[in-house]
Order: sequence, then C-alpha cells, then structure tokens
Amino acid sequence: MNDRQALELVAALVPPGSRVLDLGCGSGETLAYLRDQRQCTGYGIEIADANVLACEQRGVNVIQLNLEEGLAIFGDQSFDVVLQLDTLQHLRNTERMLMETARVGRVGIVSFPNFAHWPHRLSVAAGRMPVTRSLPYQWYDTPNIRVSTYADFEGLAQRCGLRILDAFGIQDGVCVRRWPNLMASVAVFKFERS
Amino acid sequence: MSFAQPLPLRSRAVLRDYQLVYETYGTLNEARSNAVLVCHALNASHHVAGTYEGDAKSTGWWDNLVGPGKPLDTDRFFVIGVNNPGSCFGSTGPTHINPATQQPYGADFPVVTVEDWVDAQARLCDALGIKQLAAVIGGSLGGMQALCWSMRYPDRLRHCIAIATAPCLSAQNIAFNEVARRAIVTDPDFHGGHYQAQGAVPRRGLRVARMIGHITYLSDDTMAAKFGRNLREATAPRYTTQDIEFEIESYLRHQGDKFSEYFDANSYLLITRVLDYFDPALEHGGDLSAAFAAARAKFHLVSFTTDWRFPPSRSREIVKALLDNRLDVSYAEIAAPHGHDAFLLDDARYHGVLRARFDRIAREIALEGAR
Repeated sequence: MNDRQALELVAALVPPGSRVLDLGCGSGETLAYLRDQRQCTGYGIEIADANVLACEQRGVNVIQLNLEEGLAIFGDQSFDVVLQLDTLQHLRNTERMLMETARVGRVGIVSFPNFAHWPHRLSVAAGRMPVTRSLPYQWYDTPNIRVSTYADFEGLAQRCGLRILDAFGIQDGVCVRRWPNLMASVAVFKFERS
Repeated sequence: MSFAQPLPLRSRAVLRDYQLVYETYGTLNEARSNAVLVCHALNASHHVAGTYEGDAKSTGWWDNLVGPGKPLDTDRFFVIGVNNPGSCFGSTGPTHINPATQQPYGADFPVVTVEDWVDAQARLCDALGIKQLAAVIGGSLGGMQALCWSMRYPDRLRHCIAIATAPCLSAQNIAFNEVARRAIVTDPDFHGGHYQAQGAVPRRGLRVARMIGHITYLSDDTMAAKFGRNLREATAPRYTTQDIEFEIESYLRHQGDKFSEYFDANSYLLITRVLDYFDPALEHGGDLSAAFAAARAKFHLVSFTTDWRFPPSRSREIVKALLDNRLDVSYAEIAAPHGHDAFLLDDARYHGVLRARFDRIAREIALEGAR
C-alpha cells in the first residue's frame, strides 16, 4: 500500500498512541507515518533484507522473521493494533495468520487486493485472468498465492470467530463504502476477537 | 590505565591493583555523548581497528567495521576498545605478577565473569569522563557484554548492539569449551597452571583447544567450499594415520600453531569459563524477560543463519525477552554462509544495517546537541 491517501485511510483506523505490530511492514512507511502523525510505537516484521535495511534507515523497529513460522515470540493481546496490510495474499497459512493476528492484537486491520473489483470480473468474464493496476501480475508469476474478494473475507472472518468493527474498500485513494466488493480494488477490514 | 581501587568479583574474590589497556579512535565531543564501547570476544583484544606504525600486519580485529567512513565511523564517534582482565593482551591477567605473592598469577588468577568485565569497563568510562555511552557493541562473547551493560547499567548506554550472541551457552557449547580446557589441562607442560614458573608453555593443549574452537566457528558449507576432501599433497591417499592427509587437517594445525604462539593457556581457561557462567536469567528463576526488566536501551540484534554455535534461535530468545519488556528492538537475521565467523566478516547486508543504526545514533546525538 504505497499510495499515500490509502495509507492515511488505514492509519485513521489506528487510535493515536497505539502500540502497533505491522506484519509484512515493507520499508516501514506505515509505521513511520503512525509514529510521526499518530504518536504510535511498535515493530514491523519483515523477511526481505532490503526492507529490513529500509526500516532501519527510517528508524523503525524491525524484526526479521518469516511470518509463515507464526508469531510465537509475541504474547497474547500484547499489541493494541496488529496490521496485516497487503500481506495476507502472500501467505500460505492465511487462516492461521488471521487467528494469530487476532490473538496478538486487541484489534486487527487487514487490507488486500479485491479480486471481485469490476475490471477483474470483466476480464474473467472475457475468459482471461485479470492483469490490472491492483493485480499487475500474470497468473504464472504472481506472488499473490491467495486471491480473494471482499465478500470472501467476510466469510473467513466469521469462520475464524472475528467480529468486524469496520470495513470498506479503497479505490484510487478514496474510501468506498457503497458496493465495495464491486467498486474497490482494495479491501480493508478492522476486526477483533468475538 | 591503573586502578588502585580493588575490583570486587562475582566469585567473591577481589582484583587488586589492576591495569586495563585500551585504545581509542576518533574524538570525544564536547558533550561527551558520542562514545561507543566495542567489547571483544574470546581471543581478541583492545586493538579494534587500524594498524600500528611500522607493522602493516597489525590490523585491528574489527577493522572492516570500525574506522573513518566505515559503518562505525570514527569521524563521528569516539570508539573505545578495552582488553578485559584475565585476557592476555596487556590488561592484568594470569601472566602478570600477583601482588599477594610477587609471583605470576598463573592458575591463581581469580575466575572472572561477564559482569566483572562490564564493571571494569564502566570504571574505565568513569575515568574517561563518560557518563553515558552512545552505544555498546559486541559479537559473540562481546555481545554478552553488551547485553550485560543494558541490564547492569541501564542508564549508561543509549543503544545496545549484540551480534551473533546468546542469552547463555547451551550444554553443547559448554561441552566444546570443556574439551578445549581438558586439552590444555592435560598437557604435560601445563604444570597445574603454573607453567610460567617452570619456563614451560602448554602449546600442545592450546593447539587442540584452538582446533576444536575453530571448527565450531565455521559452517559445514564453508569448510566444504574451502577444503572439501582435498588432499594436502598427494593426488591419491597415502594411507597414513598420523601424517597430514587432508587440507582441512593442515589448515586446523596451522591455526592451532599460530594461536599457541600468542595466546595464554590460563587466559583460555578463564575466558571459556566467562562464557560458560554467563546466564542473566538464572537470578530470575530462568526468566530472561525478568532479567531485562531494568533495561532501557534501544537494542539491535543480528544473527547469521549458518551460525550453529550461536544460532538465530538464541537471538530470538533475546528478542522475545525485549519485546516482553516493550523495549525498542530491531533484529536482522542475515543469510550468510560463514557460520559464527560471519560476525567478523564484511557482508553488505550485515554492515548495511549496522551503518544505518550508527547513522541513526549520530542523528540522535546531533539532535541532542542542538537542543
């Protein structure tokens, strides 16, 4: 989620002063923003060397771990907010990771590309996998091993016993609350354990 | 520097009239806020960086990290290297005269610990007029000292940088140390540790100790790549049991020979014990998180994936304890092939994160100065 307006939309879900864990924090942009604009503290988790370096250069706490190995080093409910932004679609253990997010954080926030966005539907209707701005990869080289839709996530959340506190789509940096499953390329959910 | 005030040790012994040799690099700023203490591991010294005049081979042990323009930039930081007591590079150790007997200490040198070393280092900082270090950094046993600083003198360091280290040794680690010690102690030239009085040196024991140690510092892959099953001379096996046959044997013997020329056997016994005894969780019922309860520093940990002597899992234990205390911590797990030795080598990813950390520390110091 590099888009600044999208970052701000997600950041607005994080209460000021929160202790935040950012799973798959990339270059640490979100954490740096939350630190500077919302007085948050916390840590990022990253696997890629280049991103670990970028976080260190921003002065963001980063812990180099493979998320597929779980979050065993983090205690139950030890964070106010756990972020999983643009990460879920890269993980094999999607369901377990979602449960872990809800275990470690009082509140979880996830975002991911919405496969049901209308240009994707058109593409599939025309018989081809979509290649768009939000899903720019060919089917054979995509890092997105778990493609899902806004509506799919609602189902998984229910299955995992999560209560959705807020949910919306983002399209071109704008919050989409009307028909997000059709109208938004990015899905955002804020939830807690029920 | 001489210290007249006796140093009380954890073993309940006392070190009297001791000396610490140290080197410094760079300039201490006016606020005395840019000092970085570099802690050495088993066989290194106060000579961290640079070369001595007229001796091109005397490069410091961490010269690839420390110096002008290097990740720990001596143009910005005042870097201190100190030889720990009990070692054999100038600070008071087993080869020095015991003031109680006027004979060399030999085996009578008191057992020292990481905590004692850190106390001695803190006194050196007092003498240099440094109330708070910008950072304490070390690898392996040096990393243990950095961690110990954060627990023992929480207000006296801003950053704690602990590399390829562990919260305590494993049984396997202690086992390797014990093999090394037995090699030394059973050398006929050891004379119960008073070999100096006999004009002897237990070189055979030291050689074997170094050989076993050296094996544990390298990864299987590094050894395979460097030596493989290459034969030393012959193109076919010579079927000998006692002569050198494989390249790796030749290499280890060479390392052992070199080491036995400059390292003191009693120091080797003492310093392997320093490693063995380090266990800050012990006083807290084995709870490492409780051991860090007083710590205030910002931490940076690094481990190397092929380090099987101080593996990443041990660094993660430390990370977990720091997280439990809600302390600032960053942790880099570097996929380097070189085993434990990687912490002394120049890897772009490893040095990159350290450079970024020291840049950040320099920015903090500059901000404080501007206030």
